[in-house]
Amino acid sequence: MLPLAHILALSAILFGLGAVGFIVRRNIITIFMCIELMLNAVNLAFIGFSRYLGNLDGQVFVFFVIVVAAAEAAVGLAIIIAVYRNRGSLSIEDFDSLKL
Amino acid sequence: MAMRFDLLLPLLAILVKVGVVLVALLTAVAYAVWLERKVVARIQSRWGPYRVGPHGLLQPVADALKIFFKEDIVPSDADRVVYWLAPFLAFTLALLSIAVIPFGTSITIGGHTIPFQIADLNVGLLFVLAVTSLGVYGVALAGWSSNSKYPLLGGLRSSAQMISYELSLGLGVVGVVMVAGSLSLREIVERQSGLWNVFVQPVGFLLYFTAAIAETNRVPFDLPEGESELVGGFHTEYSSFKFAMFFMAEYANIVTVSCLATLLFFGGWLGPVFGPPLLRALLPVLWFCLKVFCFLFLYIWIRGTLPRFRYDQLMAFGWKFLLPVGLLNVLVTSLILAWRST
Amino acid sequence: MAPLFYVLATVAILAALCLVLERTPVYSALSLIVVLCSLAVIYLLLGAEFLAVVQVIVYAGAIMVLFVLVIMLLNARQETSTDRSRLARWLGAPLLLAFLGEVIFAVWQRFPPETAPAATALVGGPRAIGELLFRNYVLPFEVTSILILVAVLGAVVLAKKRL
Repeated sequence: MLPLAHILALSAILFGLGAVGFIVRRNIITIFMCIELMLNAVNLAFIGFSRYLGNLDGQVFVFFVIVVAAAEAAVGLAIIIAVYRNRGSLSIEDFDSLKL
Repeated sequence: MAMRFDLLLPLLAILVKVGVVLVALLTAVAYAVWLERKVVARIQSRWGPYRVGPHGLLQPVADALKIFFKEDIVPSDADRVVYWLAPFLAFTLALLSIAVIPFGTSITIGGHTIPFQIADLNVGLLFVLAVTSLGVYGVALAGWSSNSKYPLLGGLRSSAQMISYELSLGLGVVGVVMVAGSLSLREIVERQSGLWNVFVQPVGFLLYFTAAIAETNRVPFDLPEGESELVGGFHTEYSSFKFAMFFMAEYANIVTVSCLATLLFFGGWLGPVFGPPLLRALLPVLWFCLKVFCFLFLYIWIRGTLPRFRYDQLMAFGWKFLLPVGLLNVLVTSLILAWRST
Repeated sequence: MAPLFYVLATVAILAALCLVLERTPVYSALSLIVVLCSLAVIYLLLGAEFLAVVQVIVYAGAIMVLFVLVIMLLNARQETSTDRSRLARWLGAPLLLAFLGEVIFAVWQRFPPETAPAATALVGGPRAIGELLFRNYVLPFEVTSILILVAVLGAVVLAKKRL
């Protein structure tokens, strides 16, 4: 039988990798993809719990997370396109006009 | 030992089925090319392939040999990994959706009943839609990795077209799912034993078929790969074996979509069945193949007859006409079903 | 069933490493697609059939297509490493990995590997999920439809060249 701890460990590893990527990478699209990786890690945790508590509510929540991630990806990529048109660069080090 | 034999036999049956279906599909793809050339030629008052074998029946063999011996040209700055990945991805995904398609009822050999389907998923229809959504990658990555302007434009246009018409494809199918009450392809066919779905969901059928032609990038929706517009579209820079994979992937997609159309709307393998048990098992497969052949012929007939849509006409048609019609179809179907159940 | 989970977990972790370490955005996107598809198969193993297919259709088949198209349109090149974010790299990554270790430790304490799954392990087929969505969770469902409408309008307005 598959222990819940292993599923949660995989979820934590993926989340950690996504968070590390979010901090270390400089291309804004790659940063966005690391955010999606973190969302997926959370989805896996939800489904693991849903299985081990015998409750389908976790799966419904994952459904909502997927939908919200889709909406967020659409708007986020539109913002990235608008910023690229303004700045001409995709590196977050060039988006520093709010710095003191 | 007896238990392992029990597990071994279904596995062996699945492997045999996979082999048979793959061989049948690849032969169907090769001869779909021959059929297209012949039918389009006859529509245009000429003969088509005639010399290689009787009535050009060995033409696919000659074409395959030619393709294998052609020179393989790779553009200098093409992205190596993705350039190699794209055609194999397209071909693999085109072959994948045949795994859930039921060809007939089942056959009983030595006490074991073997259904004519590789995998009977209870979300089989969604599986086919999922593989169709992934098929966009083959096109988009091919266009990008060729590092050339015509493929890039063709790839972007083609992938935008494919994702737009996926919605209408899905909506056309939702009506069928509501009528059948299940997403399993086998159950959808079995519920049509009274009346074929094309009479119950005519709008859904037209919607599905139109969206399917657009999904497979065929005339009249083939602007992204039309020769007079964009040289070759996303597969301009591909030659020899990789081009053959794209070509075969396109025809395999057409065969899959035709199979799905017969399953969802024309009763799949349902038809007059008589005779001894072996004939009873094989006749449904024959009916299924006959119906799929009719759809292939319809595809080719449309290709030989209709002119091409312009890209903005194509996108406007998909978003402003097909999508609202699909939503209306779902609404009307659900209202009728709700009224009937009271 | 369990060995398949470990194989898929390895594939997912390798692809996630590829996503984080690759210099070319297109390769990162392809690695993320591999992660999504292996997670979809893991969902199937855990009894979430409908969600596995929805994950492939929506996440791998639509959201990632959007990512790949934007990467191609904006012609995102390979990242070149500069020295401006040295603090982030040398301090941030190890601290995060320490946090990760802590989370796994806490999880292992709370749910030791002997925890058995619930006796009634429900299978998330379309009918079951549909009933939950349209009965208990109908309000969030309708709100997400408005959210999607707002997102579509926002994306169109933000990406326009001229309003």
